[in-house]
Amino acid sequence: MSFDTSAIRRDFPILARKIKGHRLVYLDNTATTQKPRAVIEAESRFYSTSNANVHRGIHTLAEEATAGYEEVREKTAKFVGAPDPRGIIFTRNATESINLVAQAWARHNLKPGDEILLTVMDHHSNLVPWQMVARETGAVLKHAGLTPEGLLDLADFRGKLGPRTKIAAFTHASNVLGTINPVAEMAAAARKTGTLVLVDGAQSAPHMAVNFPQIGADFFAFSAHKMLGPTGVGVLVGRPELLEKMEPFLGGGEMIREVRLESSTWNDLPWKFEAGTPNIAGVMAFGAALDYLSSLGMDAVRNHERELTAYALDKLESLGGVAVLGPRDPAKRGGVIAFNDASIHPHDLATVLDSDGVAIRAGHHCAQPLHRHLGLSASARASFYVYNDRDDVDALIAGLRHARSFFSIPSLSPRPGGRGEGEGGKGDS
Amino acid sequence: MTTDSNPGLEDMYREVVMDHYRQPRGRTAIPSPDVTNVGFNPLCGDEIHIALKFTDGKVSAVQTSSHGCSISIASGSIMAEILKGKTREEAAKLIEAVRAVMRGEPGPAGVDMGDLEALRGVRKYPVRVKCALLPWMTLKDALEGGGEKPVTTEDEGPRGRLD
Repeated sequence: MSFDTSAIRRDFPILARKIKGHRLVYLDNTATTQKPRAVIEAESRFYSTSNANVHRGIHTLAEEATAGYEEVREKTAKFVGAPDPRGIIFTRNATESINLVAQAWARHNLKPGDEILLTVMDHHSNLVPWQMVARETGAVLKHAGLTPEGLLDLADFRGKLGPRTKIAAFTHASNVLGTINPVAEMAAAARKTGTLVLVDGAQSAPHMAVNFPQIGADFFAFSAHKMLGPTGVGVLVGRPELLEKMEPFLGGGEMIREVRLESSTWNDLPWKFEAGTPNIAGVMAFGAALDYLSSLGMDAVRNHERELTAYALDKLESLGGVAVLGPRDPAKRGGVIAFNDASIHPHDLATVLDSDGVAIRAGHHCAQPLHRHLGLSASARASFYVYNDRDDVDALIAGLRHARSFFSIPSLSPRPGGRGEGEGGKGDS
Repeated sequence: MTTDSNPGLEDMYREVVMDHYRQPRGRTAIPSPDVTNVGFNPLCGDEIHIALKFTDGKVSAVQTSSHGCSISIASGSIMAEILKGKTREEAAKLIEAVRAVMRGEPGPAGVDMGDLEALRGVRKYPVRVKCALLPWMTLKDALEGGGEKPVTTEDEGPRGRLD
């Protein structure tokens, strides 16, 4: 196999850590990923050798900082196949990228009765910004539903697109179901009704090859920290001709051309949307993360995760008593497996797994409406990345067995007056 | 069970706690309760309904029905058991005692903690403190008259939700 996880693992200092006496098995990659040495060192190298503000100074350091920062912009454009780096805007995270579009485009262009089409599988960060803008403009929110298999209901999505749908915003890959949406098909459908399209790529850009022009969206948002990069750097990819027409998001330095006391004119793209000093060191480190992923190859990353997901789904199935959310077919999903054990609450599972060094997520994963839609209050979630291997999946399964044996230990003896008036039986299976 | 390698696990999941989790007390419906309330923990989706009946100024029946993790179920069960025969003032003191235990502070003097002692280990798991407190904050709100707003434990313990 060309994908050498043991070599990859050596690049991640944190994976040498012991958690409660056990090898760290990090399966919370949907929340954030670990960082390879190259990324950590790039951030440190910038501060050690080239630290200066960008786009301001005439001196050598300022020129180096500016060149390095802009080079990462070009690298980012290349990574998502965007022909024009002017359409790459650095933000703080995917959430801010989505808010930028909601505030700088939607707030100025939506009228009462206009519609915003979202999906029930979206993350809070692609729900709340639109709720805010809908409240301000009088626009109406619509949500496409799911099929019983946990895929997006495309017929419902198409049915809810109409002449009043001004923007459709949807996730590329669900952070709970794992479902990979047919975003190009969805964008093409939206194009027919003149609807703008924003794709939330927070869970796709890290895990598969993404080509912005091929998707046919107007905007694409993602976060550096979910793809080996540092926290505090996000990306908004936009069509430059559309970004040109938009009002700025935040005001301040960097985003202006000329400032008078009463009014200003805006800088060119992409700086019009980058008010204030950006996370320069973080962007440099993000560049190292992109290099790392590119050297692995995004198709290879996707294949690795698909194989690992297939392995994990088989293992969970043979364990029995586990309800996996989302599609069963690994071709239709990313490396995210949210599940519920028949008898153990996700919080209890996460605590027992942590005692074995296995880090998973428990809760609603910032997708409360989706959980409500599925009739659940919470789920446990394991998610994979480039450094995970079958041993990690085996550790997860062993942890689940441990949790089951732990929670079914019979009490030594009934305590006097203890057996109450209740039906009991919780957690006995 | 790997007790040696998991020193903290049995600390939180003590036998008394597990017993309450498996056989929760206070699950019988109370006809015409004097006080009812609902509490939520938005972090993990836990939900608890409580109902109390008072006779001669003392709690004569408690019903808790919860949907949640072992700690919140056990805490609710212990509450159902320990509240019986208590006055409102005694119940308020117990609530303070539980909060003190969860903060690692000495509680009010002269409170018989009973099975509540077993919840002490939860303090070593900061994110689970809210689970243990949910029934008690729901009770506190109920005794203080309640309100339109459902109780949450968001103000107790550390904050933070990622991704």
